[in-house]
Amino acid sequence: MEAIATREACGLTLAKLGRVNKNIIVLDADLSESTKSIIFAREFPERFFNYGVAEQNMTASAVGIASCGKVVFINTFAIFATGRTWDQIRNGVTAGGFNVKIVGSHGGLSVGPDGLSHQCIEDVSLMRAIPEMVVIVPSDRIETEKVIEKAAEYYGPVYIRTSRAKSPNVNNEDYKFEIGKGNILQDGSDVTIIACGVMVEPALNAAKALIEKKIHARVINMACIKPIDKDMIIRAAKETGAIVTVEDHTVIGGLGSAVAEVLGEEYPVPLKRIGVLDRFGESGEPNELFKKNGMTAENIAEEAKKIILRKNR
Amino acid sequence: MKTETSLTEKQLKKIACGIRKNIIKMLTESKSGHSGGSLSAVDILTSLYFYKMNYKPAEPNWPERDRFVLSKGHAAPALYAVLAEAGYFPTEELKTLRKFGTRLQGHPDRRKLPGIEASTGSLGQGISIACGIALCGKHIDKKNYRVYALLGDGENQEGEVWEAAMSAAHYKLDNLCAVLDYNGLQIDGFVKDVMNIDPITDKWRAFGWNVIEADGHNIKELIKALDDAEQIKGKPSIIIAKTIKGKGISFMEGKVKYHGLAPTYEECEKGLCELEEYEKKISEEA
Ligand SMILES: Cc1ncc(C[n+]2csc(CCOP(=O)(O)OP(=O)(O)O)c2C)c(N)n1
Repeated sequence: MEAIATREACGLTLAKLGRVNKNIIVLDADLSESTKSIIFAREFPERFFNYGVAEQNMTASAVGIASCGKVVFINTFAIFATGRTWDQIRNGVTAGGFNVKIVGSHGGLSVGPDGLSHQCIEDVSLMRAIPEMVVIVPSDRIETEKVIEKAAEYYGPVYIRTSRAKSPNVNNEDYKFEIGKGNILQDGSDVTIIACGVMVEPALNAAKALIEKKIHARVINMACIKPIDKDMIIRAAKETGAIVTVEDHTVIGGLGSAVAEVLGEEYPVPLKRIGVLDRFGESGEPNELFKKNGMTAENIAEEAKKIILRKNR
Repeated sequence: MKTETSLTEKQLKKIACGIRKNIIKMLTESKSGHSGGSLSAVDILTSLYFYKMNYKPAEPNWPERDRFVLSKGHAAPALYAVLAEAGYFPTEELKTLRKFGTRLQGHPDRRKLPGIEASTGSLGQGISIACGIALCGKHIDKKNYRVYALLGDGENQEGEVWEAAMSAAHYKLDNLCAVLDYNGLQIDGFVKDVMNIDPITDKWRAFGWNVIEADGHNIKELIKALDDAEQIKGKPSIIIAKTIKGKGISFMEGKVKYHGLAPTYEECEKGLCELEEYEKKISEEA
């Protein structure tokens, strides 16, 4: 299957689900062309509502619609989906226990030229902090489809981050996504690389490069960041002794932090978090930004080599 | 900038035309960015920066300067072209728009570029920031500067805009003048179809503002509106400027697809030709 952006996979899956589940309602805030909710809107105009540039109202309205027994998917850019509306999500959606799914597209530095105002690098942290919120960052079209399907099936609030850039396929067609479960893409015993979203591909490339150096890295696709797969992390710590995390997100509060929390409390081993350090993004092509922030496949391989030296020190 | 000898209407029109040329050139070069909403705002920005506002490009933080906040931050290319023309930085730099390492970020970044009063890009916030500056000027520092903000009509859908409107009237911010770039389009289509904001003049009036309607591409009308706004005491003013998205480039005018689309090289050539034709026409006018 041709590689597409996860945002597009989301739009396609919403339309697919719309055909079988008449209870699915989709909302957008004047970005349907970009979030790809337009794919659903074209097929089911009677179940699509555009709220205009008014994300807070859209989010709290979703609570009202969900309270009438509907499954509501909200779509806008990740920064507005989680930042502008955090209180509506926290006090409205989650504290009320509503069946609302928030899809934040255009997550991370991979947004590119639009610059820092549109590069959301905090969404996972923001959503992870809210009690009962499920947080998922799918990596390719295959996974996005399964994630959206699972989110629709699951009763309760879910945050899903999608990306602007095309994502190469990294998962097998027969892959099964489970909330709270990670997925081992490649086994290895020297070090573990845990990645999510658009960073899974460079993680796999890093592992490939490491094999040439006789280093066998385990690569875990940790799409579900909350609840996180503790068992898989602990096993990786025990069996490989060192962990590198990679995310297109600030290292404060996202995947790296979630892994650090598990390791710190359960089985401390050396850990390196790769991601955006404590700073904002800027305009540029995604590859330029990843390079500047030390988030390329080469950087990952380099950090993996270094962390191996820290084992049993 | 306002000087002893003001520029003539003809000169202002020529400046606006040059700014439009630079906008499409820089967008073509960057291959991404917001064409339509930049072009619709040019005559408004020209009237502000080359007729109305007081500022010193060599001293961007001059305390007495009039302030401008681009609340519809995605129109950054228009503001950059204007700031270059005003002398804040070399015109040459415009071609770095949106490129890695540039000061001309996708959306205005006040920490990167002198002349940018507020970092914007998240719609609705700029007008609140402008209210804060106006409040400080009027009630805290008691200064004479004026504050201007440019809003989009889609942006008027943000609740924050109305919170700002309420507070500006409450605090009697008559040193504040907002301009609404009323081009009727947003991203997903016509504003009236996506989320109707009309009757917009009545809304602003009901919120306690002095409302002035003007043709947003008629420099003479804009100048008069800006002067009239300054005369009104006790309340903030808003100029509802009727505009055309993509104004000046025939094939972009009124086309929703050019909201966030940069021109191709061919389109740029065509656009530049049209603008040169128009420039000639202005020169020939009496
Ligand atoms: C809070 C927020 N939500 C969404 C966006 C994405 N966005 C950028 S421009 C735009 C449409 C704005 O329409 P309008 O204000 O009419 O601008 P114009 O047509 O003049 O370009 C949207 C939704 C944003 N920048 N900020």
